[in-house]
Amino acid sequence: MRNYILKRLLQLIPLLLGISLISFFVMHLAPGDPTAMFIDPNVNPVELARVRANWGLDQPIYIQYFIWLKNAIMLDFGRSYTTGQPVITELAERLPMTLLLMIPAFILTFLIAIPVGVISAVKKNSWFDKTFTFLSFAGMAIPTFWLGLMLMLVFSVKLHWLPAIGNITLPLITMVIGSLAGLTRYQRAAMLEVLNQDFIRTARAKGLPERTVIFKHALRNALIPIVTIIGLSLPDLFGGAFIIETIFAWPGMGRLGVQSIFQRNYPVIMGIVMLSAFLIIIGNLLADICYGSVDPRIRYEKK
Amino acid sequence: MRKNKALLFAAIVLTGFVLLAIFAAWIAPYNPEEIVSSQTLAPSTFHLFGTDDLGRDLFSRALYGARISLTVGFVAVVISVLIGTLFGALAGYYGGAIDLIIMRFVDVMLAFPSIFLILAIQAMLTPNIYNVMVVIGATSWMGVARLVRGEFLRIRELQYVEAARAIGCSDFRIIFRHILPNAQAPIIVAATLGMAGAILTESALSFLGLGVQPPTPSWGNMLMDSQAYMFDAPWMAIIPGILILVTVLSLYFIGEALREKLDVRS
Repeated sequence: MRNYILKRLLQLIPLLLGISLISFFVMHLAPGDPTAMFIDPNVNPVELARVRANWGLDQPIYIQYFIWLKNAIMLDFGRSYTTGQPVITELAERLPMTLLLMIPAFILTFLIAIPVGVISAVKKNSWFDKTFTFLSFAGMAIPTFWLGLMLMLVFSVKLHWLPAIGNITLPLITMVIGSLAGLTRYQRAAMLEVLNQDFIRTARAKGLPERTVIFKHALRNALIPIVTIIGLSLPDLFGGAFIIETIFAWPGMGRLGVQSIFQRNYPVIMGIVMLSAFLIIIGNLLADICYGSVDPRIRYEKK
Repeated sequence: MRKNKALLFAAIVLTGFVLLAIFAAWIAPYNPEEIVSSQTLAPSTFHLFGTDDLGRDLFSRALYGARISLTVGFVAVVISVLIGTLFGALAGYYGGAIDLIIMRFVDVMLAFPSIFLILAIQAMLTPNIYNVMVVIGATSWMGVARLVRGEFLRIRELQYVEAARAIGCSDFRIIFRHILPNAQAPIIVAATLGMAGAILTESALSFLGLGVQPPTPSWGNMLMDSQAYMFDAPWMAIIPGILILVTVLSLYFIGEALREKLDVRS
């Protein structure tokens, strides 16, 4: 197990390198210049050149990348073009707000999706199953940002129950509904698959009560694949945060990201890409480790 | 029974929308970019979906928007399937170093929150409808690549492939004429679901102002200004969203029906 974790941690390096390369070059090869967004075009060229040199933009792009990389290894992601603050400080301010939204959303999603998926599978084709199957399709088909708008329309504009901005309820609900549907479908499929296996038939044949069969034999096994989905759903959760935070003006990392993109605030964009990629990869690694420890059939080490 | 109903609903909706999109020019009562009213009007018999903040007829905009949104979704998914199939086929067929490099690249692409990557690329390019298609296609092919690779790994061991190799078929011929046709089913299912995803992505991009640019209407950019008029003109926010929802839902239903019919495992 230790070797496996070590190996995976080593793989982190090329992954992060690849991600930084792609984002850096995509950003910097684009036509135009970020200074245009921040500096009065009538300013004298000497001053402009000074700012560009200050931001390192006068260097050839591959040099810029190596300078960025050298600093990034020391966790120095430069300073934001707009505020002049170190990127790492800005991220440290914003990340907790995003996690405040994401972690409860994550927990709620699982608390709802697992029972609903399991009941749907056990009572396959019942009205419960049919209703939730339809609802989860609808949930997958609904554009997240539009769901947010509609919740805002109903609960803030019409009913005046909740403020549209500055309150966690609506963004949280939006995020939960956004990720709920897929997970419910997945849990249902996993449970159905387990219920079709031989050891369930054996358990039933030896006369165990149905409750024991479902909860002790089937459920435990049906939860295993869900662990992987936790890891796989992380990019979507982050992606959702970008849009949801923007709509609800939630002062998290996602909103900062979207703003930085519009402002071409390169250092902040790079910082956010690297941080979310890092969290996503670590999340996946943790999921795989859990997967290995809950399922004795999985062995990561080669004999 | 229920399944058939869902499929029937989906087929009717999609066919209807495609026809409306094709014949938009004949059906639309107004020019979608023309200001036809001095106020923002609620839906009525004169303006079926009402008018927007600038006084443009929303029904006409929705018809032309269907044209844009469906085309962007379709072309984006064609691009993503082409890239995914090519990479997946090469990785699965040749294995070894080629497989390793391609799959590591897939891992890198998968570790991005894709919407952020798309936003970033779009912000750097001049946002127009062609860029939207290419960018969505170029950032959504990883699922197809994994799937095609899996199919190739399985099929390349089959005896008929060995036979094809034995009679001296070229790799190119084996990949495209012998293996690929037998890997069609899951690709078709993935493409249907992928188009649903592409339409959702386009709408989010256009909503943020980084997709299809006004005055050209798309369902996503019709929602762009709606947030500011939510109190006075809620129909501006409600109608385009329902159109997106219904279209995407239909594609999901068709995708699931295909999956069952073609016997593809999820």
